[in-house]
Amino acid sequence: MNQNHLSFGRRQFLQTTALAAATAGLGLYDASPASAQAAPKRGGNFTFAISAETPHYDAHGSDTFATLHFGAPFYSTLLQFNLADYPKVKGDLAASWDVAADLMTYTFKLTPNVTFHDGTALTSADVKATYDRMRNPPTGVVSTRQATFIDIDAIETPDPLTVVFKMKNPNPAMLEHFASPWNWIYAAKDLAANPNGPRTAINGTGPFRFGEHVRGSHITGARNDKYFRQGRPYLDGFRGVFMTQPAAMMNALQGGQVLAEFRGISPAERDRLVQVMGDRVRIEESSWTLNLMVVFNTEKKPFDDVRVRRALHLAIDRRAGAQGLARTATLRDAGGLIRPGSPFAMKDEDLLKVPGFGRDIAAARNEARRLLREAGVPNLTFVLHNRNLAQPYTPAGIFLVDQWRQIGVNVEHRQSETSPYLAGMSSGNFDVAVDFSNLFMDEPSLALAKYLSFNKAPENRSRAIDAEMDRLYAAQSRERDFQKRFDLIRQFEKRALDQAYQVPLLWWHRIVPTHRTVMGWQMSPSHNLGQDLADVWLNT
Amino acid sequence: MVTQETIDAERARLGLDRPLGVQFADWMVGLVTLDLGKSMWTDRPVTEEIGLRLELTMQVAIMATIFAVLIAIPLGTISALFKDTWVDYAVRLITIAGLAVPSFWLGMIIILALLYWFNWLPPITYTPIYVDPVANISQLIWPALAVGYRYSAVVARMVRSSIVEVMKEDYIRTARAKGVFEKLVVARHAMRNALLPAITVIGLEFAFLIGGLVVTEQVFNLNGLGKLFVQAVSRNDFTLIQAIVMLIAVVFIVTNLIVDLLYALFDPRIRLGGK
Repeated sequence: MNQNHLSFGRRQFLQTTALAAATAGLGLYDASPASAQAAPKRGGNFTFAISAETPHYDAHGSDTFATLHFGAPFYSTLLQFNLADYPKVKGDLAASWDVAADLMTYTFKLTPNVTFHDGTALTSADVKATYDRMRNPPTGVVSTRQATFIDIDAIETPDPLTVVFKMKNPNPAMLEHFASPWNWIYAAKDLAANPNGPRTAINGTGPFRFGEHVRGSHITGARNDKYFRQGRPYLDGFRGVFMTQPAAMMNALQGGQVLAEFRGISPAERDRLVQVMGDRVRIEESSWTLNLMVVFNTEKKPFDDVRVRRALHLAIDRRAGAQGLARTATLRDAGGLIRPGSPFAMKDEDLLKVPGFGRDIAAARNEARRLLREAGVPNLTFVLHNRNLAQPYTPAGIFLVDQWRQIGVNVEHRQSETSPYLAGMSSGNFDVAVDFSNLFMDEPSLALAKYLSFNKAPENRSRAIDAEMDRLYAAQSRERDFQKRFDLIRQFEKRALDQAYQVPLLWWHRIVPTHRTVMGWQMSPSHNLGQDLADVWLNT
Repeated sequence: MVTQETIDAERARLGLDRPLGVQFADWMVGLVTLDLGKSMWTDRPVTEEIGLRLELTMQVAIMATIFAVLIAIPLGTISALFKDTWVDYAVRLITIAGLAVPSFWLGMIIILALLYWFNWLPPITYTPIYVDPVANISQLIWPALAVGYRYSAVVARMVRSSIVEVMKEDYIRTARAKGVFEKLVVARHAMRNALLPAITVIGLEFAFLIGGLVVTEQVFNLNGLGKLFVQAVSRNDFTLIQAIVMLIAVVFIVTNLIVDLLYALFDPRIRLGGK
């Protein structure tokens, strides 16, 4: 890797994101994290819980951890985050890389002799086909990564082990985007045969080969003996058990049927495990690059009216919610569009002045009632579309219903399983919904992409089109001066909260339980990272 | 927004543009040949989706039925024979508790008790009995017990009331007058007649268990038919819903047929009624 070519903008980006990692406040209840140094042992089968079942196998078209926790062990990416030194990146399929000084060219040298699980050799053509699919998906293929790779102009493959990305515009965070855990590399021949094939079939280069997926029950994987990283993986295999009921999952953790749950549990569940299991369980905590949001479907009346959206936004007492929900749910901080405490986030004293985030909730609710009257819907009734995951969707949904009831709005809280929930969100079949912004790093271009116009970012569930926000987004993503970028982000944030197409509710707090025997797994502020299990081993 | 052309194409693909009668006839042909179409959600054959879960659900239902019968018939008989004594009161207490306690709650108590006293839990993924009988039984015995307790309470109360009634019949008095031993009176004369209504209840309860174990399946993390049914409803997976509804209907019909045949086996008056 040619570090000398890194520009000022990229260095500054790394400094700010490193600071963000520090503010993530990784914490432990136990003195020996799962990542603690010890001589790894080979063998054993690792069973862990997955609290939702993925609707399909394709990470390019997914936003849910359920897809990553299910499939990450079967796939590789070009780069990956170095969780021991987060947010720095390291190579996965890329053996080395070079970034041009003007950030307009990225050249990757691939690790030789890598094969897909079906025996096909990996070449640069596979990387190109994968990235072409993500940035410019064929008809019928859903890619939620389009906005992320909008700055790529062309992908060249001068030889089978070299891939060159030419950019339209410089993007200081591009290298981190190449390390995104969603960018699973698929075989070009598979995509040519069926562009939608990865939704239903698995063929990767990851540390584990696909075993079986028993729907409603579990997923298994067995060690890939031809895995390109020497000596990995340590495990003989793994089993991910779908456990949608928190009580059943807690019992299984306590009884040792599952040895970990990597998404995160509630404070109450943590306390129970610590009390009952003592030093047999390891608890690791961190703030979370995950934001729970409220999204209004702007294609449906009366949510096409900004007064209605603002009223519902203003009625939410986030300060009280943060205090109350932090005791029972995986939610903790009130914040704007960027994770609180991270470098580009709005400072708390400024946030207090923003309508909807202040302490005078009575005044905010009076304004909300006025706006509803003015919009002609003083007795508004609607259905809140929500996911049936207990944490934190259920308590958050109940909280919202209560908040809106206090301005005379009648809400029916309807929760669905992950698959129909996501289908409803992507098809626009809802009035108002609880949504999530699932990030893997504190990079504004990543965090704000969800707020781009719907025709640019299908993950914008409000389906709003707003040229001004698109303009501000593009400007901030290209701005390399920290303060100027910070100011542009504030403008973007102000516009987003004024229009209230989708508004932040609260930011999450991650609590991960693992049995003491689980080693090699690394905690991070994102539950999307480090799930390929290549370094995990069992100290039994 | 979805265009009308897309909607029309999808209706054509699903066959919804054909007359209702044709659709129904097509579906009935499929039913006979066990081709119930593909799940609208997973795009896999409905029979495959159901088959995956039916084995587990059937086994829990059968185990619960065996447990219920083994418990209910002796308890109900003892309760009837010792009517209005402390034995009867004790049995009635047990059976009323069985009716009052929801199966899923009992399941949770069983799990917590296993954890508390043995720090052990049953396996959380299903292993067929022909692959590993020990793993299979150690997983399914607990939900079968939880469900079977309520089931046995229903049957035991029916057995008790039937025997109490039968013991007042003339043929019982006649048997006793002939000097037949009391044990023989109960076993050969009373039980045979008293079991008829109990068989009906056993049959109905068994059929109910196919698809009716939704919450218990959640408690024990079982991948059963009840869970699939709820998922199908929440996903608007109509092909799967109608297949499961039809399956449950078939189970009810077959169970009732078996119950009717058992009537004839137990009661010669029914068997010889036509002669």
